[in-house]
Amino acid sequence: MDAIIEGLPLFIDGFLVTLSLLGVAGMGALGIGIVVAAMRISPVASLRMIATVYTELVRNTPLTLLLFGCAFVLPYLGVRLDYFTLAAIGLTVYTSPFVAEALRSGVNGVSIGQAEAARSIGLTFGQTLGFVVMPQAIRMVIPPLINVFIALTKNTSVAGGFFVLELFAQSRRVINNRGDEVLAILLAVAFFYLIITVPLGLIAGAIEKRVAVLR
Amino acid sequence: MSQSVLYDAPGPRAIRRSRVTSVVSAVLIALGIAWLIFTLASPRETAGGSTQVGLFDASRWDILLDAAVWRALWRGVQGTLQMAGAAAVLAMIIGILFSFGRTARTAWIRVPTAVLLEFFRGMPVLLMMLFVLLVFASGSYVAGVAALAVYNGALIGEILRAGIASLPRGQAEAGLAIGLTPTATRFLIEFPQAFRQMLPIIIAQMVVLLKDTALAYIVGYPELLRIGVNNLSNFYGNAYFFTLFFVVLVIYLVINLSLSWVARFVARRTGSKAVVAKIPRRGIFGRTRGTAAPTDDGADDGAAGKS
Amino acid sequence: MRLKKGLMVSAMAAVAVLGLSACTDSEAPTAEPEVQEEVEFEAGTTMAELNEAGEITIGTKFDQPLFGLVGPDNEPVGFDVEIGKIIAAELGIAPEDINWVEAISANREPFIQNGEVDLVVATYTINDTRKEVVSFAGPYYIAGQDLLVPADNPDGIEGPEYFTENPDAVVCTVSGSTSEKNIREYTDNVIAANGYSDCLEPVRTGAAAAVTTDNVILAGLADKSDGEFEVVNNAFTEEPYGIGVALEDTEFRDFINDTLEAAFEDGRWVDAWEATAGVVLDTPEPPTVDRY
Repeated sequence: MDAIIEGLPLFIDGFLVTLSLLGVAGMGALGIGIVVAAMRISPVASLRMIATVYTELVRNTPLTLLLFGCAFVLPYLGVRLDYFTLAAIGLTVYTSPFVAEALRSGVNGVSIGQAEAARSIGLTFGQTLGFVVMPQAIRMVIPPLINVFIALTKNTSVAGGFFVLELFAQSRRVINNRGDEVLAILLAVAFFYLIITVPLGLIAGAIEKRVAVLR
Repeated sequence: MSQSVLYDAPGPRAIRRSRVTSVVSAVLIALGIAWLIFTLASPRETAGGSTQVGLFDASRWDILLDAAVWRALWRGVQGTLQMAGAAAVLAMIIGILFSFGRTARTAWIRVPTAVLLEFFRGMPVLLMMLFVLLVFASGSYVAGVAALAVYNGALIGEILRAGIASLPRGQAEAGLAIGLTPTATRFLIEFPQAFRQMLPIIIAQMVVLLKDTALAYIVGYPELLRIGVNNLSNFYGNAYFFTLFFVVLVIYLVINLSLSWVARFVARRTGSKAVVAKIPRRGIFGRTRGTAAPTDDGADDGAAGKS
Repeated sequence: MRLKKGLMVSAMAAVAVLGLSACTDSEAPTAEPEVQEEVEFEAGTTMAELNEAGEITIGTKFDQPLFGLVGPDNEPVGFDVEIGKIIAAELGIAPEDINWVEAISANREPFIQNGEVDLVVATYTINDTRKEVVSFAGPYYIAGQDLLVPADNPDGIEGPEYFTENPDAVVCTVSGSTSEKNIREYTDNVIAANGYSDCLEPVRTGAAAAVTTDNVILAGLADKSDGEFEVVNNAFTEEPYGIGVALEDTEFRDFINDTLEAAFEDGRWVDAWEATAGVVLDTPEPPTVDRY
């Protein structure tokens, strides 16, 4: 137990870094995800193609390699950013196609009659999406989006190997100091991750239930 | 042509605008790639004051002529596939168990399963690998397989549960009506349908599992990333660091894209035969170019949550 | 439980497959130590078991130039590897009957504890927390933590105090290593990666001023960098490298200690050094074995 008390300041430091990574990369991924999703349904064929290629490439690259590219290749190209930002970029890029797909599947869940009705009263593409489809889609989109953010929370741990001192990297420090209490230390770290992921999961479940009733 | 109801069939002006956008984006992308190649090719001045040859210099690529390098990379691919294969099979079994536990009628089984699921779903794979390795003092292969199997098993369990939940009530009622026990109904009637319906999502999850084997570096397992980037660049020298990174990246893309392609193929195959559960509610995007039946969206949807 | 056993079997199968495919083109880099043909050990000891089995599994580093480095043929080479061969030879086991397993910092203790390896020779610093879970023979070498900087040392870094005096300067090391712990006595401006070679890029781009870990590991990195980097050569810690064996296996530990002392005496230790790390580093005096 005293290993945990001893390591607590380190855990909290790491936890805050993990939270900031989650916040920054989560917002970034949401932004890019919306753009990619919009591109994938846009009337312009070339935009659809770019979005598809981006999605396919990113989704088939291991996160470790993507973060590797951000930590080593971007600085090689002359990008002068600190490693936190570089890791946040990597996580943003990695997460964005998943966000886009969650959005797309949510929009697809809205009954087609809704869009047809909106179109037939003369609304444009933007108005149809903004006033009719999106408000309905958001309810359906939130549970899968939350799942994406749960995955992102866990993925932040990979940044620990790329110069970011987040929760997982801190836990490796504590384990090195106190090899005799490994089990307790790992459970403590798991607890910190679960503080984020379990409430998110519960919210997703609750919304899922409400949507199911509404349908 | 696109059948989306969201916009009209493009008129002459829209077509012109669309063409301009295409040309502009093509030019921008070409410029970006040209800049990338130029920057990587030019020699680099390091902070320490030394100058290094560009990335495309022959001296950075000559090891690729050595067959031993490719043999080592092949060993890495084998390591990756061995771990992914074993973990995939176990994850399926664990997933089936979880889905039954989660939909059990007795709360004694259902609630603890739900708690376990939440726990495994919320734990980073890296942490789980380290946990198995350090706490059970297992080998690195066992640690990697166990962590990947349990984590993906939890996700597959949730996918299967969603599949069972999406079946029309009539299926289960029909089973009970012909005198099957509730368990037999679940096994013989509901589960096969749920499994078939969710197959594309499950395969998409397998792509994620394959990618995640790269995390086994934490336990020192000899997979593609570790052998390719770490071991080989230590042996041949740091000048080959980026070379090996690009080679490994390409190998991963080839493997994963083929697997994704298989997933899409299966999606199309099962899509045409799938039980008419809830699937054919036609999506707003209709069938836009290239993407197949709505099951394909299902595959994307499932993969979305679980990276 | 049965599940776990099944996994174990497939793990062994995997290791066997890897081992076999590795044997296709191995090279003999150095003069091999003479294998003892006729040795007798007291029944029931680890030595008797290993001698009986005719093979041994040794954990070593696979990514550390000069000490334990694996090539594309999957055969590790280096000073640690030679030390392992000397011990195996005394047990009557030929070098080709040694199964090499990659030891990384995270898995050394669990591998020893669960018997996945019989011993670990892997730039393994003897310290008190580790002594609680494994036993150490040796030391067979005493390293010290040092700094690696660009050639000609443009920042004029003389030692770790530089980072205390220049709080903005960044130093790079491996995440969760003893080196990280040690350098944090001097500065909090530490970045950490998964491997030491990953630290070279930050130094090239200027994101870090130096890499820090044991001098011999740094010497290996410098050796592979075509003169781009140099070691400061001002060690500020003492890292006695030991051979890890199962906790309380006193007979085996004493046997290894005896073997090491004999090797210090009769030149096998010096030969091993000169064939590997000695290519880059001066030959040191053998250390004194610590029979704690």
